[in-house]
Amino acid sequence: MKRIPVYLLLTVIAAVMLYPLLWLIGASFKTNDEIFGSVWFMPESFDLSVYKGAWKTVTPYTMGHYFRNTFMIIIPKTIFAVISSVLVAYGFARFDFPFRRFFFALLMAGLFMPSIVTVMPMYILWSSLGLLDTYIPLVVPAMFATEGMFVFILIQFFKGVPREFDEAAGIDGCGPLRTLFFVLLPCIRPAVVSIAVFTFLWTMNDFLNPLIMIHSVDKYPVSLALRLSVDSTGQGYEQRKIIAMSVIGLIPSVAVFALAQKKFVGGITAGGLAG
Amino acid sequence: MKKSSYSNPVGTGRYTGLLLISPFIVGFLLFTAYPFVCSFVLGLTEYDNVRQPEFIGFDNYRRMMSDDTFRTSVGVTLKYAALLVPAKLAVSLLVALLLSAEIRGIGVFRTVFYIPSILGANLAVVIMWQYLFTSGGLVNQFLELVGASPVSWYGDPDRAIFVIVLLRLWEFGSTMVIFLTALKAIPKELYEAARVDGCGRIRGFFSITLPQLKNVIFVNLVLQTIAALQEFNAPYMLTGGGPLKSTYTVGMLIYDEMFRYNDMNAGYANAVSWVLFVFIAAVIGIMFAVTGRSRRED
Repeated sequence: MKRIPVYLLLTVIAAVMLYPLLWLIGASFKTNDEIFGSVWFMPESFDLSVYKGAWKTVTPYTMGHYFRNTFMIIIPKTIFAVISSVLVAYGFARFDFPFRRFFFALLMAGLFMPSIVTVMPMYILWSSLGLLDTYIPLVVPAMFATEGMFVFILIQFFKGVPREFDEAAGIDGCGPLRTLFFVLLPCIRPAVVSIAVFTFLWTMNDFLNPLIMIHSVDKYPVSLALRLSVDSTGQGYEQRKIIAMSVIGLIPSVAVFALAQKKFVGGITAGGLAG
Repeated sequence: MKKSSYSNPVGTGRYTGLLLISPFIVGFLLFTAYPFVCSFVLGLTEYDNVRQPEFIGFDNYRRMMSDDTFRTSVGVTLKYAALLVPAKLAVSLLVALLLSAEIRGIGVFRTVFYIPSILGANLAVVIMWQYLFTSGGLVNQFLELVGASPVSWYGDPDRAIFVIVLLRLWEFGSTMVIFLTALKAIPKELYEAARVDGCGRIRGFFSITLPQLKNVIFVNLVLQTIAALQEFNAPYMLTGGGPLKSTYTVGMLIYDEMFRYNDMNAGYANAVSWVLFVFIAAVIGIMFAVTGRSRRED
């Protein structure tokens, strides 16, 4: 029974952490008086019409439109990030080649380089190519394994797969790519899922890159649309609508996390980051 | 990694590996090396994003030394990192220790603690945080409930930074998971042996757990420090750098100089971002040196 204090402590921490989120959902149904009048998250009544209004947004487009934009960035980006990171990690984990150590050092160095330095030059580059206000600047870097952390995690996972697997596949006549796809990838699925989920979540949350690269409202992803709505609304009923919009905006992240939760947390847990 | 463990798979040549990592090489050149060099060159110019950059040598760096806004932002950034990083590591480790107890339902707690960190600086979270800390918001209402006097979080230059620190602290999940993994990897025999030798729990924590965790503590320390020194999103969206520039981080200064509508000076912004880069590199270098790691093992 000495576990009861542990449970108690964990429950208190969990409650403190989750309460703001519960409160946010509750607040979307509340009047301003209610929001500032009580700490309890439950609203007096559930009027779903606020969500209808929130879906229409206070901008010229609906949430559906912004979600579509977001997914037009996220889906290719996730696919590219997974493919490029897997190939690069496979190369590092299983092959010897000239300057291997040097390139690995570059990979590690990339982890520690502050991304803010790259903002302006990338803006100038994409601008000179005439590609601002398209999704290309947001998607294309993912083709080149630019997220060093992903490669690093995958390398750790590849190392966990015995080399005999590769050798057996080789004897059966599999080339490197077929070995990768049919033998190794099934073994490291949790890591691949983790990478896909991370790409999804980070892109969903990303604010700075779209802010710099995307300028027309009809191309805005959800994050910029929310910002626009916040900036262009006053007090009163509209506040509730903003809160409801932000709740809608959280749904994809929470849903993806919930769906992938088991594999995902397993993936990062086993991620070998504990090196 | 010993070289001898490398015999390339059958039917592949010396360059197959190079071919596989070629996306990384191209990506590194295009999206890391090129912008870093370009940023340094821009830092030696005066550039307003319209006219051609004009070479002015190290004037931007000289200007920094006498720029009060720059000095303020450095102070804010250091204070922010000093407040956040130790707190986040301590909370993550503490919760990871609680979670490492193998008891039923622990998975649920792990998931719950992880959720805030997946939301990052998602605008919805920012909106939520704004409501929580506004003058009549949830936090002040709670303070009144327990008899404390409400606090003007956004109006007080001494308090505003805590709103941002607390947001990032709330998102301790990813750091915590890394600790948790490492805790699980500590061999149980160590604790058993210690118990036989009459070693108590607290002593066990200091003489077994902490030494076993020193690698992950280091990794988390480095990652969190880099992130904290670059902080931009949270102050930009929560406080706009105010009040009285009390949350105006170096990241915000760089963004303002780069993209503000009038009087922008992208040359200066890039010089500042290089100073930030060199500073971060130096901090990490010192961390590696102090802990006696001249080189990471792969």
